[in-house]
Amino acid sequence: MNSASLWFIFIDSLLINNLVLAVFLGICPFLGVSGKLDTAIRMGGAVVFVMLVSSALAYGMNVLLVRLDAEYLRIISYIVVIASTVQLVEMFIKKKSPALFRALGIYLPLITTNCAVLGVAMFQTIRDYSFVQSMVFSLGSGLGFTLALVIMSGIREQLNLSDVPNAAKGTALALMVAGILSMAFMGFAGLGSN
Amino acid sequence: MSESSSNRNLQVFLNGIWKENPVFVQVLGMCPTLAVTNSVRNAIAMGISTMFVLVMSSMLVAMVRKVVPKQVRIATYILIISTFVTIVDYLIKAVSIPVYKALGPFIALIVVNCIILGRAEAFASKNTVYRSVLDAVGMGVGFCIALLCLGGVRELLGSGSFLGVPIFGPYFEPWVIFLLPSGGFFTLGAWLLVFSLLKERKARRAAQEQSA
Repeated sequence: MNSASLWFIFIDSLLINNLVLAVFLGICPFLGVSGKLDTAIRMGGAVVFVMLVSSALAYGMNVLLVRLDAEYLRIISYIVVIASTVQLVEMFIKKKSPALFRALGIYLPLITTNCAVLGVAMFQTIRDYSFVQSMVFSLGSGLGFTLALVIMSGIREQLNLSDVPNAAKGTALALMVAGILSMAFMGFAGLGSN
Repeated sequence: MSESSSNRNLQVFLNGIWKENPVFVQVLGMCPTLAVTNSVRNAIAMGISTMFVLVMSSMLVAMVRKVVPKQVRIATYILIISTFVTIVDYLIKAVSIPVYKALGPFIALIVVNCIILGRAEAFASKNTVYRSVLDAVGMGVGFCIALLCLGGVRELLGSGSFLGVPIFGPYFEPWVIFLLPSGGFFTLGAWLLVFSLLKERKARRAAQEQSA
């Protein structure tokens, strides 16, 4: 069993090894939904929720698979768990807030193929986290994803107003900004190690 | 086979490599593209595994496209894809432990590579097996090329070597930043910039010719 402290896992997944900027997970929604601050926050909320639920379920699933000696089914069963969680969240949001549902549009079902969610489930298995550690890890990762998304959307709202060469508009510029952001996040290395 | 249809098949194949290159034009499959391209070896391993999964699952999806009800098609595709990913996962572990360690969880993450699901949904579910395989091979090769472009630049600048062979001699000071995550963003951004510059120049030329 991994014995890293909860606080360290949280800081590590939130800042030091930020999912988007250091591990390169969830880049598609990161580039796709980060146009507007408002949408970014909501998308982040949805991802945090999906991540928490699916990582709890994935933990249970893994215990079951290990007991049955059927670890080769891990990838398939994780994907099924995540897909059904996303379906649940989708129905919930559609019922509670149709406006948000429309704003998230295609990106809501795409959380299924958001590698961040599967990535968190895989990482917690590989690193042998206990249940509590897994929950803290997925919470930190989800918040880290939201943080990156929100910062990025703030910058992009400003970028829309600035004068950039035509060729650099869109994804190319967004990637450059992401590179600089990722450099900034490297400054967190070493934080919370004691 | 008549000439025009074989021509069209060639078109399907070439589409993925150039005109609809999954990484540079469609901007799909970003995560593995950025994450594992800090060396050429990893890029090749990732490219080939993704291509294998892409081709096999496109083939299977095209085979079952008339049997699967529309409502459950996405779930079926994902199951098919994850089956092949599991095979690749065990294959790599059997073939080379260092590569397995370097790619780590990113092998499992081939499942959620949007290119594969995208091709299954957009092409294989509507076309014959033969054409779907052609399309998948084209897309796979295009993906490999893109990974090599990124991995080549990053390894060359980041450690001064290519496939582990030193290129620049002992006096080269490596730009470590290119091996770090931010280097991945910069390199891909730069490549996209090059491509959009080319596109813009082409459009400008076309406009000039029209007005002349």
